[in-house]
Amino acid sequence: MSTVVILDYGHGNVRSALRAIESTGVTARITSDFDDALSADGLLVPGVGAFGSCVSALRSVRGDQIIERRLAGGLPVLGICVGMQILFASSTEHADTNNFAGLDQWPGIVRALDAPVLPHMGWNTVRAADNSHMFQGIAQERFYFVHSYGVTSWDLPDHDYLEPPRVSWSHYGEQFVAAVENGPLWATQFHPEKSGQAGLTLLANWVSTFSEKS
Amino acid sequence: MTLAVRIIPCLDVDQGRVVKGVNFVNLRDAGDPVELALAYGQAGADELVFLDITASSANRETTYDIVRRTADQLFIPLTVGGGVRTTHDVDNLLRNGADKVGINTAGLANPELISDASRIFGNQCIVLSVDVRRTSETDSGFEATTHGGRRSSGWDAIAWIKHAVDRGAGEVLLNSMDADGTKNGYDLALIELVRKEVGVPIIASGGAGQLADFAPAVVAGADALLAASVFHFGEISIHEVKAELALHNVTVRA
Repeated sequence: MSTVVILDYGHGNVRSALRAIESTGVTARITSDFDDALSADGLLVPGVGAFGSCVSALRSVRGDQIIERRLAGGLPVLGICVGMQILFASSTEHADTNNFAGLDQWPGIVRALDAPVLPHMGWNTVRAADNSHMFQGIAQERFYFVHSYGVTSWDLPDHDYLEPPRVSWSHYGEQFVAAVENGPLWATQFHPEKSGQAGLTLLANWVSTFSEKS
Repeated sequence: MTLAVRIIPCLDVDQGRVVKGVNFVNLRDAGDPVELALAYGQAGADELVFLDITASSANRETTYDIVRRTADQLFIPLTVGGGVRTTHDVDNLLRNGADKVGINTAGLANPELISDASRIFGNQCIVLSVDVRRTSETDSGFEATTHGGRRSSGWDAIAWIKHAVDRGAGEVLLNSMDADGTKNGYDLALIELVRKEVGVPIIASGGAGQLADFAPAVVAGADALLAASVFHFGEISIHEVKAELALHNVTVRA
């Protein structure tokens, strides 16, 4: 049976993520163990709170190296909420003169959304990317968002030899990136583990990319 | 693409049991908060609130157990309030599966709690829960109360809400003690006033009695609508509320 590790670095409702992943029929565990996180079939990176403290906490368990090495080997990683934001180059959240640096897997700056009421809290729709695997069967559903910051443009140039990333969008005050499927690296700004049946289906779609059909 | 207005049933839990009476069909045990929470999830609730009204702190472990068992089976957001006095309490609730924690009386007694909790856990999970009643003693005409609306806190309600949001509260659970239990509708004047003053989401609470009560609260500025007894006694279903809101061009989650 496939195994998913939920990376425990003190930032995220890991318990809900664990149960939601388990509902897809795989084994899941919460740990910050380097080798365990490196070798699992799937790695889920949760994240709540401020960008800067998330990045620091992630680095303190060498999460940046774990993600980097997994991606180099083509092993699946799924970032959720701030766990998605930290994959971008930097964030303006609580930053003075210089932005907080992220993991820089993708170019782009995480900035405050331009909306009259923040956080963006609740169930919103997603404009799923064409041929999205992540949103297969659930493109019309709503998902649960809780965030004040987001990425409003997608700046990674397409590469001739690689499959182009599938970017899905949402709108709250302005357009922002709701989800990305980029080879082994997937991420969602919303919380699939809090999005009812639609969210569980999305997680099952992710698991199906590395789990053998039983 | 529009954000849906959230419909939130609230369960009052005392020593591990739902109180204030619940008369829900097809439940084995209508007093079991976990079973009721799952039933509301099935019925289309967008989010749930547990209000722990247990007077003593001796029963906190019971509350944690309920939160844990609920969050293990119900994959929608869960807010837990009542008796939260320290950041340690907040941490315990979040660790057991709560997504957001409501801070009420302890915040009035010690506003630093709101700053500390939002700094440590993020403002998205700190809900300012405030019991408001009308008075002639404050500038706004509303005051924040304690002890379930029986005592004045000395704070103008609007000033307190602004203060708490400045300290990092990410959402306001706005409970009108004047409307609570009347079933005469939400306190629209109060919602409008708070909407003008703060830029965080507002959960309107208190007064829902019939289907026609819900849409006006959205027009007044509420982002989410909380109700207890009308749902518990099966007088109104969540689907009926959503259908009624949709008729008034309010976006809801199907």
